[in-house]
Amino acid sequence: MKPAPFEYVRPDSLAEACGLLAGDEDARIIAGGQTLIPMLAMRLARPTRLVDILRLAELRGIRREADAIVIGAVTRQVEVERSDTVHRALPLLTKALPWVGHPPTRNRGTVGGSIANADPSAEIPLVAVTLGAEIEIQNPSGRTTMPADEFFIGPMLTSVMPGDCVRAVRFPVWSQPRVGTGFHEVSARQSDFAFVAAAAQVALDEEGRCLDAALGLGGVGDRALRIDVSPLIGKAGAQASIPDIVRAATEDLEASSDLHATASYRRRVAAVLGTRALEDAFADARARGARSADGAVQ
Amino acid sequence: MKVSLNINGRQRQADVEPRKTLLDTLREDFLLVGSHAGCEHGICGACTVLLDGEPSRACLMFAVQADGYEITTIEGLAPAPGELSVVQDAFCETHGLQCGYCTPGMILTAQALLDRNDAPSREDIVEAISGNICRCTGYGQIVEAVEFAADRLRKANAPREDVLQAAPADPPHGGRK
Repeated sequence: MKPAPFEYVRPDSLAEACGLLAGDEDARIIAGGQTLIPMLAMRLARPTRLVDILRLAELRGIRREADAIVIGAVTRQVEVERSDTVHRALPLLTKALPWVGHPPTRNRGTVGGSIANADPSAEIPLVAVTLGAEIEIQNPSGRTTMPADEFFIGPMLTSVMPGDCVRAVRFPVWSQPRVGTGFHEVSARQSDFAFVAAAAQVALDEEGRCLDAALGLGGVGDRALRIDVSPLIGKAGAQASIPDIVRAATEDLEASSDLHATASYRRRVAAVLGTRALEDAFADARARGARSADGAVQ
Repeated sequence: MKVSLNINGRQRQADVEPRKTLLDTLREDFLLVGSHAGCEHGICGACTVLLDGEPSRACLMFAVQADGYEITTIEGLAPAPGELSVVQDAFCETHGLQCGYCTPGMILTAQALLDRNDAPSREDIVEAISGNICRCTGYGQIVEAVEFAADRLRKANAPREDVLQAAPADPPHGGRK
């Protein structure tokens, strides 16, 4: 369990890091290292050079913008988990984070690392796809932005090219006053990889009718998927038959099969957890409405 | 590569290959063998150390990445040679260990939890140690040890009513422990 030799460099700027990556296609970025180092230890990865971006200040931090929360790539997962800004504006991410690895790996693991690693069962990519986040990418010629569902293309596969570096993730913040969220996951044991994870967010109007709804499923197929739940829009929670809508939307899902869970099991659990996540989101949104009527914040 | 690491409050130097983990560096270059090598790929938690007070896997970090952090190993917890910290002592009192292999990691993880939260619930404790595997105890006595240590730390830090009443001015001694 010892990595093969490599060269270690810690550039002073993102531009320098991208230059180093572009000049050597066997170089890899290291940030928190919580996934990469096990792969090095098992020699599943043998890069010639590790480019350490963890201390680049330009990649660090949580920024509130008018319609989004922008999280720098090397922001540690624990910082997001404990952030009041994220809790207020992006509660779905706060709900998902306790499911990411376990506390010691969240202390070192980064948001950008989880995004760039693109594990099909990972929670941060799931929230990014569910909410339609945008991934900011730095490459040697400049900066580009890509929607999450174009960024993730398969298991541990993304659209980034050699020399590219994930810069930040821009999560949209819904502006409606009554927004609720729900998150459910099934795995073999606490903090293990999800067989299925479901993330949901809904916005309700004053009468409790659904203005917007998003549902994402992770772990089912080869990447996180956003599920079409638009039939919910315009309906109140009670009239909307959430189980029927989710079942119809997940019937033909392409699910993967492995030693731990068959494809039909994953599809069945996806429908159940998707329903629970949406039901929780409706209940959460209704509770928020009730609380703001009392004059309390949110 | 030359590295300079702050370990248990002292600045230490070593010359290591970039591929040498912080764990192997602690054990081989600094002979701090209380950090145990278990799975060496981040699953078991036996190598847990504190980086700036936060539990982290010493096997999931290279020594060349570790400069600038305050690194605490199990050797850095006891207040003086031959003594035990409150958490270490609580593990002894409640038989929170058997073979002892996971114990340094468990104790450091518990220490970090209690530094943040001196009244953790059972769920808080279970969540905190969820990344540390123990194959002997069944965890029951480990959870008990953390509860016991929390209770002692709370009592040690609570102002004593009799002292407060007798001397309304400044308490005679400050300090946390």
